[in-house]
Amino acid sequence: MSKKFFGEGMPDIDLSDLHGKLIVIEGADGSGRSTQIEILKDWLERRGHATISVGLNRSALVGSQLQRAKEGNILSPTTRSLFYAADFADQMENTIIPSLRAGFLVLADRYIYTLMARDIVRGAEREWVESLYGIAIVPDAVFYLRVTPRVLVERNFEKKVQLDYWESGMDIGLSRDMLESFFKYQKLIQAEFQSMQKRYEFEVINGNRSPRVIAHELQTRIETLLEDVLLPVKDNQIVIPSSTAVTQENLVANA
Amino acid sequence: MHNSSPEIDVQGKLIAVEGLDGSGKSTQIYLVKRWLEMQGIKVFFTEWNSSDLVKKVTSKGKKKQLLTPTTFSLIHCTDFADRYERQIWPLLRAGYVVLADRYKYTAFARDTVRGCSQKWVTKLYGFAKEPDITFFFKVPLNTALERILSGRPQLKYFEAGMDLGLSSDPYESFKLFQARILQQYAALEQQFHFHVINATRSVEEQQREVREIISSRLDLPAFKKRNAS
Repeated sequence: MSKKFFGEGMPDIDLSDLHGKLIVIEGADGSGRSTQIEILKDWLERRGHATISVGLNRSALVGSQLQRAKEGNILSPTTRSLFYAADFADQMENTIIPSLRAGFLVLADRYIYTLMARDIVRGAEREWVESLYGIAIVPDAVFYLRVTPRVLVERNFEKKVQLDYWESGMDIGLSRDMLESFFKYQKLIQAEFQSMQKRYEFEVINGNRSPRVIAHELQTRIETLLEDVLLPVKDNQIVIPSSTAVTQENLVANA
Repeated sequence: MHNSSPEIDVQGKLIAVEGLDGSGKSTQIYLVKRWLEMQGIKVFFTEWNSSDLVKKVTSKGKKKQLLTPTTFSLIHCTDFADRYERQIWPLLRAGYVVLADRYKYTAFARDTVRGCSQKWVTKLYGFAKEPDITFFFKVPLNTALERILSGRPQLKYFEAGMDLGLSSDPYESFKLFQARILQQYAALEQQFHFHVINATRSVEEQQREVREIISSRLDLPAFKKRNAS
């Protein structure tokens, strides 16, 4: 199946020879996205797929400027939206598309959905944001790890001992109290994701469960997606990231 | 597009100038600025690509030739948005006459020449209000080229449109690029109600016409500073 753009697309890009797959994992900080992407990468590579993971704010073009601007909080809303879009476009053209062309499985640690949701809860016009991200390629699958805000708070405190300024939406003045702001902000974001879910057909994964249960579910769902790119594979075992996981290697080792 | 929606009542006025490099538009807008200032009018001048914040990215991207048509477009729009949200929009709301040396139509022309979808670019700049008056300084292509190229300036990579691969000679590339820009401007002229100024005439003649149009379209005394006589 050939790839397509959400909207107007980008000039000079030939979509006909993009044979890889684009798999997106969405979710808030603390939803377990990065953990799942690591596990997936191992699993896919073990099965012989060339895999690359990409994330937001990592572009060579504006990545570092964005970090600096974030620290100073000096960008106005439309400017910030556009800065992120430039970062995204750069990665789309310089990493995602070349990787798809080379037949890689691209694991995207967040995609346009997070960018759009953030903009929209900050007052951006939906139609404008959708047109802006009309440059993006429609992914082959999108998994949204939904985690209740209370669990997110616990995980964030556990990992970083504090809440992130932006993930708490402190810039939009929902509350002076960071925890309260965090809850309000995450609720807004989740509502936005819910409304996007139907339009963009993403699969919702209950992210409140343990990493290995989630990994199992993701792998099952991704398997069907890979059928048309797969050469016959002997090892159909689903890899579960835990010492008790039964894989062919440790079966051999134990024999 | 955020809350600065164009429908909100704006007290100030926006005057934009557009045209090819070498059309003399910067000279004309400068003279308008001086004229307004000396009448004690609240006036603010802004030009394309002048915001500090994104200047760094633009020059970094340009140097390394990292930019594609899409990122080129987005970086310039980011730069414009930064100026728009921090200066142009608040000043317009505060009752200033804002003079823009190049406005979003410059982006429309350049980006579509580079292959971006016109629909996409137009929507991208949807946050920016239409000017109250847009002057388009029209000169034949060769006149503009002569004015720019007679000094054999160092043409920068993107300025010469080298990224379009039209020619490996920067001067030749610049000529072909400017010709295409001019075509795009022609298409925009009607759609966005440009006020066309014949820019082959003397500076004085053009300035007189420009001032007449501004005086007839805007109630200039309304924009005087309170403490001005």
